[in-house]
Amino acid sequence: MTLSRRDTLKFLPAVFASASMVTAMQAAAAPLTYALKPEKLADGIWVLRGAQEAISLENGGAIANVSILDTSAGAVIVDTGPSHRFGEALALLAKDLTGKPVARVYNTHFHPDHVMGNQAFDAVKIAAPQGVVDGLKALGNAFADNMYRTAGDWMRGTEVVLPGTILTSEPEDFGDRRIRPLAMRGHTGSDLVLFDETSGFMFTGDLVFLDRAPTTPHADIERWRQALASLGAIPFERLVPGHGPAEESVRGIEQTRQWLEAIEQIIRDAFEKGLDITEAIALPLPDWTEKIALARYEFERTVMHLYPKLEAARWPRVDSKG
Amino acid sequence: MLRMIFLAAFLPIFAIAASASEFPADPLQSSMWATLAERYFAGASVEFDDRVKIVVPSLTENQAQVPVTADARAVPDVVKMIVFADLNPIQHVLTLTPAKAAPYVSFRMKVEQATPIRAAALTSDGVWHVGGVYLDASGGGCSASAMARGDADWTETRGQTQAKLWREVDGMTRARFRVRHPMDTGLAKDNTPSYFIERMDMRGATGEPLATIEMFEPVSEDPTLTLLLRLPATDATLELEGRDNNGGIYKSSIPAPGRHSALPASGATGHA
Repeated sequence: MTLSRRDTLKFLPAVFASASMVTAMQAAAAPLTYALKPEKLADGIWVLRGAQEAISLENGGAIANVSILDTSAGAVIVDTGPSHRFGEALALLAKDLTGKPVARVYNTHFHPDHVMGNQAFDAVKIAAPQGVVDGLKALGNAFADNMYRTAGDWMRGTEVVLPGTILTSEPEDFGDRRIRPLAMRGHTGSDLVLFDETSGFMFTGDLVFLDRAPTTPHADIERWRQALASLGAIPFERLVPGHGPAEESVRGIEQTRQWLEAIEQIIRDAFEKGLDITEAIALPLPDWTEKIALARYEFERTVMHLYPKLEAARWPRVDSKG
Repeated sequence: MLRMIFLAAFLPIFAIAASASEFPADPLQSSMWATLAERYFAGASVEFDDRVKIVVPSLTENQAQVPVTADARAVPDVVKMIVFADLNPIQHVLTLTPAKAAPYVSFRMKVEQATPIRAAALTSDGVWHVGGVYLDASGGGCSASAMARGDADWTETRGQTQAKLWREVDGMTRARFRVRHPMDTGLAKDNTPSYFIERMDMRGATGEPLATIEMFEPVSEDPTLTLLLRLPATDATLELEGRDNNGGIYKSSIPAPGRHSALPASGATGHA
């Protein structure tokens, strides 16, 4: 048997526990309870705002927005947060707010800050496009390992749970509310946007970031731009982004597009000049990005994501076989 | 055999005891410093020198592909530069011998855990100048299988080389290249033995040696490097020759752009 990092966390206390150690550990540990603060956006619609931060021991990975909708058929939840513990707290909160059982849980894409709370819900109630399920199946355990490292004990007991229902483009009716799933791509290979036809609210997942730099580990920037153009053409009452405040304007769509264009230009110029990654990540960013949380951090990550692709695609073959 | 294990277990302790006063105290406070200093610098003088830089990103995105720049350009008369990572299972990453090149190399490496990464530049007076940083990282970069092991066509793509050169205003030629190779560490769970490019020679168009890099298992799969070479302005190509530890030879000829005129500067324009 090989012990993964998660197993070690799980079993360590049991193996080494002595009365004094347990006391010491309890004294040193922060109270690992997610203090979920629902922000009411409209009648029957709440958002739990994620911290505009990277995943850390302090925030327990609660960095993405999670939404709850009340319907006459039950609670509808958009994304489940970073951990089993978060999912449990979310399920309780949804019951408190709506007074009804959960009718549907959506996963907007396969990134861990949005889906690791799935475990707290009945898998068949969790719905996503096939691409989200495939991505989570392929990368979920690796994500979980990394989350255990960066968020620590908040992750205790968390396992990957795949959505049990595959979404098509058909709208779903939940009594008085009709929700239309829109399958897109760009932030990842499969991004789900949810449009509530009853309220006009649009839940974009991570296709839109606002006042927080977009992440790109699985991005196709050209397709992302196309998706943003599509989103911009949809009239909505209010847009709930994957990260950042929910606003009535298209500011999130515009800012995400502007960010992607700016950093892609910087990275392409650096690549054309022959800079290596460590040199490119030191380049200045436009002044306006100073107000964007994690701008430098995500720029560095994006350089590391895009550079190897550019090198493989753009440099000519020079070997004798080429 | 038992005796060998016994010796192997206790040798580092003797090394620490013997070297405690010989080498300066490690600013990164690594438990491996004394042992590694003895291994790489025995008998030589060593000083920590801020002019020798290791540049890494502020976060580790992929522990199998950590971008690193080792840069000792601020130190005159560097004859050799080594890069090592204290807490890697294989510490030695590469050695650059810059015959006609800057003491500079950018590359990507695997890390098995958070570790100091150091560059040490040997100057012609026999002094090692050491700089480095502490890299935070999650584990497993050295024990993960190469991506090539999941690719049925890897023997077809092995050795494929892509490259580009830039003539820089200071007369140096910036060479960037990528050579497809699994660079197996021998430590992966799939039991693949170590298999890696162990040497790359860069020469001018007429065979003049410019730089040599000895590489070890921690250099990332599909080695992607940047070097600054004094390729003569009249050379139309840079010649690259790699060799792996199974004897595989990888040769490339990289066309040099913006080739300067071979005529004297005054004759080139006709306005002497």
